Amino acid sequence: MFKYTLQRLLYMIIVFFVITFMCFVLIRMLPLPALPPDDIHTEVIQMRREALGYNKPYLVQFGIFLRGIFTKFDWGLSEQLYTGRSVLTIFLEKLPATMIVNLYSILWTIPVGIALGIWAALKKNTWVDYLISTLTMVVISVPSFVYAFLVQYIFCFRLRLFPLIMKGGSDYFSMEMFKSMVPAILSLSFGVIAGFCRTTRAELTEVLTSEFMLLARTKGLTKAQATVRHALRNCFVVIVPGIFGEFIGILGGSLIIENIFAIPGVGGLTLNAIRSQDYNVFIMSTCFYTAIGLAASLVVDISYGFIDPRIRMGSKK
Amino acid sequence: MDYEKIPVEKFAFVQENEKLHDRELQTKARSFFVDAMLRFGKNKSSVIAAWILALLILYAIVAPMLSPYDIRDQDSIYINFPPYVRAVSDMHLGILDGARTLDSQNDNSMLAWKAIGVETGLEPVIRVLGTHDTEMIHKGQTITRTTYDIEVNAYYMKGMIYKTFSYDEFQRIQDWQNETGIQVLYPYVEPKDIGNISDNPNIWYQVDSKGNAVLDDNGDFIPVYSTSVDKAGLEYSSLRIPGDPGDYIYSYGRSGSVQCRVLYYNYYQYLNGMEPAYLMGTNALGQDIFCGIGVGARFSIIFAILVSAINLTIGAIYGALQGYYGGWVDMLLDRIADILSGVPFVVVTTLFQLHLAQKVGIVPSFLFAFVMTGWIGMSALTRKQFYRFKSQEFVLAARTLGASDGRLMFKHIFPNAIGTIITSCALVIPGVISSETSMTYLGIVNLSAFAGTTIGTLLSQGNAVVTTAPHAILYPSIFLGLLMICFNLFGNGLRDAFNPTTRGVDD
Repeated sequence: MFKYTLQRLLYMIIVFFVITFMCFVLIRMLPLPALPPDDIHTEVIQMRREALGYNKPYLVQFGIFLRGIFTKFDWGLSEQLYTGRSVLTIFLEKLPATMIVNLYSILWTIPVGIALGIWAALKKNTWVDYLISTLTMVVISVPSFVYAFLVQYIFCFRLRLFPLIMKGGSDYFSMEMFKSMVPAILSLSFGVIAGFCRTTRAELTEVLTSEFMLLARTKGLTKAQATVRHALRNCFVVIVPGIFGEFIGILGGSLIIENIFAIPGVGGLTLNAIRSQDYNVFIMSTCFYTAIGLAASLVVDISYGFIDPRIRMGSKK
Repeated sequence: MDYEKIPVEKFAFVQENEKLHDRELQTKARSFFVDAMLRFGKNKSSVIAAWILALLILYAIVAPMLSPYDIRDQDSIYINFPPYVRAVSDMHLGILDGARTLDSQNDNSMLAWKAIGVETGLEPVIRVLGTHDTEMIHKGQTITRTTYDIEVNAYYMKGMIYKTFSYDEFQRIQDWQNETGIQVLYPYVEPKDIGNISDNPNIWYQVDSKGNAVLDDNGDFIPVYSTSVDKAGLEYSSLRIPGDPGDYIYSYGRSGSVQCRVLYYNYYQYLNGMEPAYLMGTNALGQDIFCGIGVGARFSIIFAILVSAINLTIGAIYGALQGYYGGWVDMLLDRIADILSGVPFVVVTTLFQLHLAQKVGIVPSFLFAFVMTGWIGMSALTRKQFYRFKSQEFVLAARTLGASDGRLMFKHIFPNAIGTIITSCALVIPGVISSETSMTYLGIVNLSAFAGTTIGTLLSQGNAVVTTAPHAILYPSIFLGLLMICFNLFGNGLRDAFNPTTRGVDD
């Protein structure tokens, strides 16, 4: 298992560097936007660009870029958005907002989603199941900005329960801040609930019809005992990796939801970087999103191995 | 006994007149496709989804034709205006009446709204939703202030605007007025007569220093139309408003042009040849949303089908190579796919836009971004099918007969996989539409110049005015939501029909 994990980790790192290199070259190939002539930062940025080897071959530039990251964790300076400030500092400032909103959202949606899924599976082919399955289907199909609109219009504007957009400032744990986050949390939640509900229902209905369930009933377990001890444990083989993946995903957040509710997070930063052609910020965002995507799939894969002995055995071959 | 010597007459037919029971079936053979369609027909929700989907696609095709507007028609005044059609509005059904809700209007604003109705004959206030009385103490006396929540017709409420015309234009409007009998030009009011208010063309009556109407003893407005003939721009020889003694001026002279007070509702008719008729209102650019959704949906659907077709082809070939050859080819191609699928989609789209949009255009570079990573799912699917079929006997038989690799792949194995691939295509289309909408919504890709507008653009324009003009996001949302739900239901039904074994599995 350790060897398998290590192999996967190494492979992921290689893939990450290849992607980073591709994106890095493509971004560096873009013409640089002109700097404001009379700004005190302009000269600094010019000198930095020289030091970063903007006129040298791309491989050399990438080498300098990696050296900066590995020796000083230096991701460069923002040139357009926050002239002259370190990209990393900006990024770390933006990260908490994204993480907190997403964390609140998955903390309540995962239990609710799984519970709904279990309920639907246990009541298979009754109206409860049909209702839950239909709603799940609808919620998964509809893109998130449609709910964001509904939440914003109904809860924020009509009922005036919450502010329309997230409050500024960095007091992330105050009550007022939480209240202003609720619309974004709600909008993010629908999809997560529906996703977990659907997976749980599909897995559980399959497990419930398998033969070991019949055996469990035959040897005298009640339906509840058999479900909790045998069926649920088996269906968690699929659900738990999903939960881990979701937890990694909270770092990334949703570009659209952050845009709508003005969450001062990494999604908004990325969009602004694209709009204002702040390439150093964009490189960092690219690496960040790539790493999250790869990490999530890695964690899902490895946790499968940890949870299910059959998969663990398979990897030893 | 020598069997060759048996005389012929000893032979007799055994079953000559008997009924044979092992003959070929006489019933008509049912093909796989017909079978699948029959199974699809039994899935009610999918059939309903298919019908709604057909309606939505029909909408996309005919809506831009049915709409009196083109997507290039952008009105400069009717921006984010609610749905309105005169014929329906006059029936007072509460729909399509251009209604907008205004809260806390005091008596003075109510008078101002009333004045617009008196002058133009188009009464802005549709209904009073509620009144609030607040008592307050003013200079030692208790007075009651009443405020009203009202619903107004936004189109009528707009009333007059100031507009500067060239002499020719002014003459043309007069001719048009004479021809149709619709009053566009209204008598000019000089700011000096209305307390030097120069930014409210709707005041035509005597006002006090705060701009509130002053009524005469009968409770009527006191007109203060200008009669300064020397200030008039051009001679006016057209319709005059009722109550005009004949000396009101209808234009105000500017250098080389005239400034007029124009009733925009009627001026709109002069410009467009008809009254405003916006079934779903207008957006932030003054475009007709009814037409815009159709135009956007056309683009989305065609684009999604194109992307799916390209990805299907690339993915099928790639997956076929991977699955058929296996070994190091499979591994190498799999690594490439791993790397490409690791790049976040938003990054791919942005980079393609930044690099290629100038050279090959926005739409092709957007298409490349989709093609770049979109085929991976399809190739994985094909690869799986190839692994499943390549070791089966019919492949061995074909190989023994000397079939080449290419023939084995695409003539013998591929047709077995095609059902799965086609049905998954039905689920790829909504995915493409969803991503495309997100990217245009976020403004990473701007397709307005090419397609006129897209659903994503309409949604993001609507989102900016969600509180003041909810209709601008409501209709695109409904359309997109329905489209996605129906596509997914339809795709699920199709998949279940073609692969009966996966029935009931939801993903």
